Amino acid sequence: MRVMAQIAMVMNLDKCIGCHTCSVTCKQLWTSRPGVEYVWFNNVETRPGQGYPRRYEDQERWRGGWKLTRRGRLVPKAGGRARRLASIFANPLLPNIRDYYEPWTYDYESVAQAPPGDDFPVAPPRSLISGERMDNITWSGNWDDNLGGMPQHESDDPILARIQEKIRLEFEQAFMFYLPRICEHCLNPSCVASCPSGALYKRVEDGIVLVDQDRCRGWRMCVTGCPYKKVYFNHRTGKAEKCTFCFPRIEIGLPTVCSETCVGRLRNIGVLLYDADRVPKAAATPREQDLYPAQLGVFLDPHDPRVAAEAERAGIPHDWLIAARRSPVYDLIVTYGVALPLHPEFRTLPMVWYVPPLSPVVEAITASGHDGEDHDNLFAAIDVLRIPVSYLAELFTAGDEEPVRRSLRRLAAMRTHRRRLNLGDPVDPSIAESVGFTVDQLEDMYRLLALAKPEDRYVIPTAVAGDVRALEEAPLGCSLDYEGGPGMGGGAGSGPFGEASGRPAPIAVETFHGLRERSTADSASRASLRHGQVNLLNWDARSDPEGLFPPREGTKAEAEGAREEQRRGVDGSDRLAAGPGEIQLRPPDERRPQ
Amino acid sequence: MPSLIDVFLWGALPYMCVALLVTGLVWRYRYDRFGWTTRSSELYEKRVLRLASPMFHFGLLAVLAGHILGLFVPMSWTQAVGLSEAAYSWMAMTFGLVAGVLTLGGIALLVWRRRTTGPVFLATTVNDKIMYLFLLAPLCLGFVTTFMNASTLHYNYRTSVSPWARSLFVFQPDIELMARTPLEYRVHAVAGLLLFAVVPFTRLVHAYAAPVHYLFRPYIVYRARDPRFVGTAGPHRGWQRGDI
Ligand code: SF4
Ligand code: SF4
Repeated sequence: MRVMAQIAMVMNLDKCIGCHTCSVTCKQLWTSRPGVEYVWFNNVETRPGQGYPRRYEDQERWRGGWKLTRRGRLVPKAGGRARRLASIFANPLLPNIRDYYEPWTYDYESVAQAPPGDDFPVAPPRSLISGERMDNITWSGNWDDNLGGMPQHESDDPILARIQEKIRLEFEQAFMFYLPRICEHCLNPSCVASCPSGALYKRVEDGIVLVDQDRCRGWRMCVTGCPYKKVYFNHRTGKAEKCTFCFPRIEIGLPTVCSETCVGRLRNIGVLLYDADRVPKAAATPREQDLYPAQLGVFLDPHDPRVAAEAERAGIPHDWLIAARRSPVYDLIVTYGVALPLHPEFRTLPMVWYVPPLSPVVEAITASGHDGEDHDNLFAAIDVLRIPVSYLAELFTAGDEEPVRRSLRRLAAMRTHRRRLNLGDPVDPSIAESVGFTVDQLEDMYRLLALAKPEDRYVIPTAVAGDVRALEEAPLGCSLDYEGGPGMGGGAGSGPFGEASGRPAPIAVETFHGLRERSTADSASRASLRHGQVNLLNWDARSDPEGLFPPREGTKAEAEGAREEQRRGVDGSDRLAAGPGEIQLRPPDERRPQ
Repeated sequence: MPSLIDVFLWGALPYMCVALLVTGLVWRYRYDRFGWTTRSSELYEKRVLRLASPMFHFGLLAVLAGHILGLFVPMSWTQAVGLSEAAYSWMAMTFGLVAGVLTLGGIALLVWRRRTTGPVFLATTVNDKIMYLFLLAPLCLGFVTTFMNASTLHYNYRTSVSPWARSLFVFQPDIELMARTPLEYRVHAVAGLLLFAVVPFTRLVHAYAAPVHYLFRPYIVYRARDPRFVGTAGPHRGWQRGDI
């Protein structure tokens, strides 16, 4: 047994309202630079739909992920090492910019400088790739949002094309749900396997998959290798970039920005312990439908004393073990079994899992004149859901409908159970038992999925407890002490060898300059970071930086008061008391009846 | 007695170029690891690139192999294995012409693509343009030399250029030998040397990152977080005490 720790995420799709706040804040933080205009580390796609980039799930076309050879060996689907090197000069499997979309801006000058006249001036779109005017904008990251373009585009959804059932996409009977996606930080990452330079790596401490920008040489193989198309090529710097799981935030115990700002509060972050020795075997499970249970078999029970001992032997810090025991992610994936992996058939063992959506079913039953919250009705209806179980199964379990049905039944049971309580009816243990739970477990799941306090949703141990001083970016090792620094402008401008050559500025340096500018600015408009930017990397969702939110109505004093109230929390308790990085030990019986 | 200019060109320039190549690489590695990339434009356009880029790259590798054979394998060796001079030069000529056509055709297509595809042209820097000059010069000159050699002169460079090239390695450059070679050889040699000198300062530097070690490493790379870099604080200098 080789115990390793992984920071993982579970998203509850029932609660996603498709507002794209996560995408926007992520973009603000990570990809609001030239070269990555088209890049969304976090994107929210409407299903059914093509996704972003278009039809990325079609691995017959893009050949991402792994395949099993006839002898049962696991090789990248696009070919092994020699094949990769042979196609290094031109990679036919690399998506074109048009498979994502051509990023654009608007020519605002033409509005500002329009002479007086009878016509309204307009700002024509201008391509950020060719610099030329665009006649028409024909695609973007979520062009088919809310089923836009359906049913004409029906055949473009690779999953719809695969499932047998006739799907109704007529207006009255259409179904849809939102699927927010980030990098999966896979246990068996095919992006890492495809990188010829060895620039991509999986971090030993927390399993986050990163690109070493100093070692990336722009061979572009990782873009092909990732079946989720979550590695992107920065066309200005010529380097690969990908979702970082906001590692600078995670290291100090803050949740990722997409989670922090999620309007639906549907993201859970926590630690999972797994056995690295079992990973290759699990990924090579012959039948695709068995990959989900195989991946479950890789995870270790942090409550098991043997696992604890092994974890200690493997050098996993004690507070990580505690965090693993309190992990909401472990509960949703293993204990309650309601979260499912996205496309396990890619064989990368993804680590961002999803609670499948149940919502439309209740309304559908109610509309047909039945009691939509009655569990018998609900259970029966799951099979005739508007979101067909077969569609969800193709997304989450390689087509095996049983796990999806089990998950949906548990969610339905939770609903019915809570409804009885709310109506003052006595508890009916048979509801919980019908899905293999106890009443307490059902209550626990309800607490986690519905009440969802931040400290329950995000249980994030900080990086290296023993090295905590370094986290303060303290005077010991001055963060400006790097070659070319301080403030030598590395990374900001254009070096002698093209865009952003030379040493990039460390994150701390950018923050330093931003903060200094903010504290010395003399006008309100400059009071945030450069050009009214807010550095989300350091924002803990408790302060209220200028320019991040529109001003409230009423006087400024009122606004201050309201802000103060907000800060203190609705229930009057002071949220500041619990620091984000602290792991609060609670009596075990509060969440886990045994 | 060789003239001063000959001494410079055939006695000093090769060393200067190699010195520039080595120091340039070291400097670039230390100063600009981030800029050390292919700066591929495949994302913008791949129909032409798909044909042109492999043509150029494989052609260039063949050209390189040909030069190594021609310059560094002495004539006596090939004759020892029973390869007559005529057979050798016929082989070299065919091989060289094919490689040259591939390379030149490839680069011509690439330049045309760069010029006519909007986004690719937009991404072209001044550095790139200068690089193309330095790259095209020895290629064209080499092609001309091969061609002239094939059609008319039948000059045996393996008794002049090659021994000179080998003499460089023992630090006793045979300047006389090179000074007496036909003009096209000399111009081609200078252009080639200059190309070596500019490599570290252009995007051509990516050639020195050829990922051969990929063939020998395990697929999944694990790396521990550098304890000196927890958070984003910089590392301690050697003279600073880390622990108090
Ligand atoms: S999802 Fe992330 S970790 Fe997995 S293969 Fe893609 S880029 Fe790599
Ligand atoms: S912020 Fe939350 S609710 Fe909004 S789209 Fe993103 S995941 Fe869905």
